[in-house]
Amino acid sequence: MSVTTAPTGGISLQGNRLPRFAPYVVVVGAVALGALVTMLLGLSWVAAPVLAVIVVDIALPLWSRLVEGRRAAANRGVTCLVWTALGCTLVPLVWVLAEVVIKGAPGINAHLLTHDGTPYFDPKTLVTTAGGGAFHALVGTLMVTLCAVIISVPVGLMTAVYLVEYARGSWLARGVTLMVDVMTGIPSIVAGLFAVALFTLADPSLRMGIMGSVALSLLMIPTVVRSAEEMMRLVPNDLREAAYALGVPKWRTVLKVVLRTSLGGIITGVMLAVSRVIGETAPLLVAIGSIDETNWNPFSGRMETLPVFIMDNYTQGATTPDGYKWAWSGALLLIAIVMVLNLIARIIGKIFAPKTGR
Amino acid sequence: MAKSIDVSDVNIYYGDFLAVQGVNMSIRAGAVTAFIGPSGCGKSTFLRSLNRMHEVIPGARVEGKIVVDGQDLYGPGIDPVAVRRTVGMVFQRPNPFPTMSIYDNVLAGSRLNAKKIKKADADEIVERSLRGANLWQEVKDRLGKPGMGLSGGQQQRLCIARAIAVQPEILLMDEPCSALDPISTSAVEDLIHQLKDDYTIVIVTHNMQQAARVSDDTGFFNLKATGEPGHLVEFNPTKKMFANPDDPATEAYISGRFG
Amino acid sequence: MSTIEPQTVPEGPPTPSDETPESQPVTGWGDRIFSSAAFGAGLLILLVLAAVFVFLAVQGAPGTHQAASVYGPYATNFWSYAGKLLFGTALAAVLAMLIAVPFALGLALFISHYAPRRLAVPVAYVIDLLAAVPSVVFGLWGGRALTHASLPVQHWLNQHLGWFPLFGGTPSSTGHTVFIAAVVLSIMVIPITTAIAREVFQQTPKLLEEAALGLGATRWEMIKYAVLPHSRSGVVAGAMLGLGRALGETMAVAMVLNGNPLVSIRILTTDSPATIASNIANEYKNEDPHMQSVLIATGLVLFVFTFLVNFAARTIVTRAERRLA
Repeated sequence: MSVTTAPTGGISLQGNRLPRFAPYVVVVGAVALGALVTMLLGLSWVAAPVLAVIVVDIALPLWSRLVEGRRAAANRGVTCLVWTALGCTLVPLVWVLAEVVIKGAPGINAHLLTHDGTPYFDPKTLVTTAGGGAFHALVGTLMVTLCAVIISVPVGLMTAVYLVEYARGSWLARGVTLMVDVMTGIPSIVAGLFAVALFTLADPSLRMGIMGSVALSLLMIPTVVRSAEEMMRLVPNDLREAAYALGVPKWRTVLKVVLRTSLGGIITGVMLAVSRVIGETAPLLVAIGSIDETNWNPFSGRMETLPVFIMDNYTQGATTPDGYKWAWSGALLLIAIVMVLNLIARIIGKIFAPKTGR
Repeated sequence: MAKSIDVSDVNIYYGDFLAVQGVNMSIRAGAVTAFIGPSGCGKSTFLRSLNRMHEVIPGARVEGKIVVDGQDLYGPGIDPVAVRRTVGMVFQRPNPFPTMSIYDNVLAGSRLNAKKIKKADADEIVERSLRGANLWQEVKDRLGKPGMGLSGGQQQRLCIARAIAVQPEILLMDEPCSALDPISTSAVEDLIHQLKDDYTIVIVTHNMQQAARVSDDTGFFNLKATGEPGHLVEFNPTKKMFANPDDPATEAYISGRFG
Repeated sequence: MSTIEPQTVPEGPPTPSDETPESQPVTGWGDRIFSSAAFGAGLLILLVLAAVFVFLAVQGAPGTHQAASVYGPYATNFWSYAGKLLFGTALAAVLAMLIAVPFALGLALFISHYAPRRLAVPVAYVIDLLAAVPSVVFGLWGGRALTHASLPVQHWLNQHLGWFPLFGGTPSSTGHTVFIAAVVLSIMVIPITTAIAREVFQQTPKLLEEAALGLGATRWEMIKYAVLPHSRSGVVAGAMLGLGRALGETMAVAMVLNGNPLVSIRILTTDSPATIASNIANEYKNEDPHMQSVLIATGLVLFVFTFLVNFAARTIVTRAERRLA
């Protein structure tokens, strides 16, 4: 807790100050105290860090109050709280990731990646197992997300082009900007219901992959518009004028100068949007349902997707012997996919960035 | 190849705001014409109206006639894109396309219009344009490198090469040296001297010595008062303008008494 | 508004000032098609949002007057059904915000003002990472790990703070409670609220901050008198956007909670009020056509509700931005 460099109040040139090492002393002392109390009272190991944090949050401001005065104590207290907030937020993140890796990793094997959910007869052991594959879910996630990208990228990009290059503050531009903002906040399940409502006017039981794609597009478009808009606004006007002055029509200027210059940022934005919707469960649950077989055709019949695969195995976990295990493995796959997409997004952004070096 | 420009009764607006009022002048073919005047007097605005770049700004419009080769640039059925191919422009700050190599930057006029060119022709255009812009010797070994990697002065000459690669008749330059150091400035000024054999050149400059050095004719723009539109005070051969101007305001400006 | 649009000037006769025939076909139609495509895409966005409303209304309309048995056993008609779900939605979301906002503010302050320079960027990145974790994974973690692990805490709260209505009643033995749902929701809300709060904190003019420090303020006093007043509306807006997210979040609640459309504020018991979104996810798989229309109707209620919350948030943001501009 490096608050010692803070311009603390009460500085007459010889104000009473805690020594520089004071926070460290308090932290070490608190950790020791927490561990000691936990051991003596026989509490769970979790109690030790909790106690330590509480002790630091009380002891440091108190010490400061005694030595440095009220204002400095308030300052130290807030600093402690801010650091505490950081620590408390990191706990669930680390916990979730650790849990997923520990419980999911044992289930990741060739069988999971190559088989679907239909009963599987093993010719060696002559045993029939109930599913145990996630291949159909991977296929479904791939197809549904791909279709969502095909729908949302052109619409999102052209909307951004409209907003940046053509709108010039018209009523439609203001409306679109506002609606894009509002769309960002559409609950994902409402997007799923919309897809259902749109496609099932004639046949209420209709379910197919493309319905999920439409729902996901609804969630993707605002992200694509916002990031593309932001990137295109960063393209200096000089470049547009340079192209115009060479006798290049506006649409080619937009296409070959503006979009080309901002391509890296736009691709990054699209990839981040994909990584966000690829984990969406609720809209797919209502719009596509789930199925055990592999289905490559998004225009016909139900499809399994990875998030729904996790959800299904979770709800059936109590009855299916390996249900929870598959759910955790699915979660690990999903997180891995999201992280890889994030990584690729950043790499692509670097590759396509305008070259400036000599 | 070079063409003259005849300007009559031109008013230039930004929305409702009249920026430049009542300009009449005759810009000679194959000569260098300089515009000078205090900041905000509309000389750059007027320059941009000569190739319809002015109307790129929302709400901007032009009244009056600007005639090149018997054609009114603002006449009905005139395509601004075609106008800009005939009247090229070089900007205040060098602006090579950051995604393109030096080679592609020179060819940008054709590349961006997806015009098919044979490799041999393309090579020839690039070399001719870069030689024309006095840049060939410096970059011939690294044509594939990004244009942004050049120095400021080289970038500006690359932009000039890019502008002359589409073979315009007229070249407009909007303070082309204001972002450059003295050595690069002198290189660009030398280039302007060479280019006037082939092109009609119109240059806006804040630097009166530069106007005196490079131009044959000079136009002096001024504001009557703040908030009033800019107007052309005097248009004369440069020699006369700097030795014996017709208008007392011109003399005051040139001798540094205001502006 | 532009009066002259160079890209839409009709081609007319070939321009005599331009002798090269290649430049002709590239003007006119290309620009016209491209600009109409851009305009169309913008229009489509508006139409889609209208369509969301219209289609949900059309398909949900029959859901508002089904037989009483469809809404049972906790309600007899649509409005009490939707009302109870709305209560559950608001309860979980508000609890989540109560937990999330202090942490989000602390985190935002950490990144903008407290973090050592080398730590600020990685921490911001890690918080974004939190946003990238799919909600179904949070649901799985909440339902399988957090519920079990938090049982001692839940029982402790019930025993020692049971006099407070929220923590009263007989505690759930499995831990699948609204309390845990709210905790999971709060974790999912923290990144969005943090991101916006951080941005407005960082936009505090340096001059103001330095003026405060120059008068001998401590860092906390500088934040209290310079940063917080300056960014109040931004923080409110960020919290409301987080609220919008919490209201609409489905999986985390559906997987943690075995909820029903009922009204109860005892968040540690098994009498868990379902949220609109979690109710849809849980009921939908029964694929009863009567129920389907009811669920679509509740979805419309949720849409309108979150729309209003988000709209209010965005209005606050826009107004704040205009004030700063």
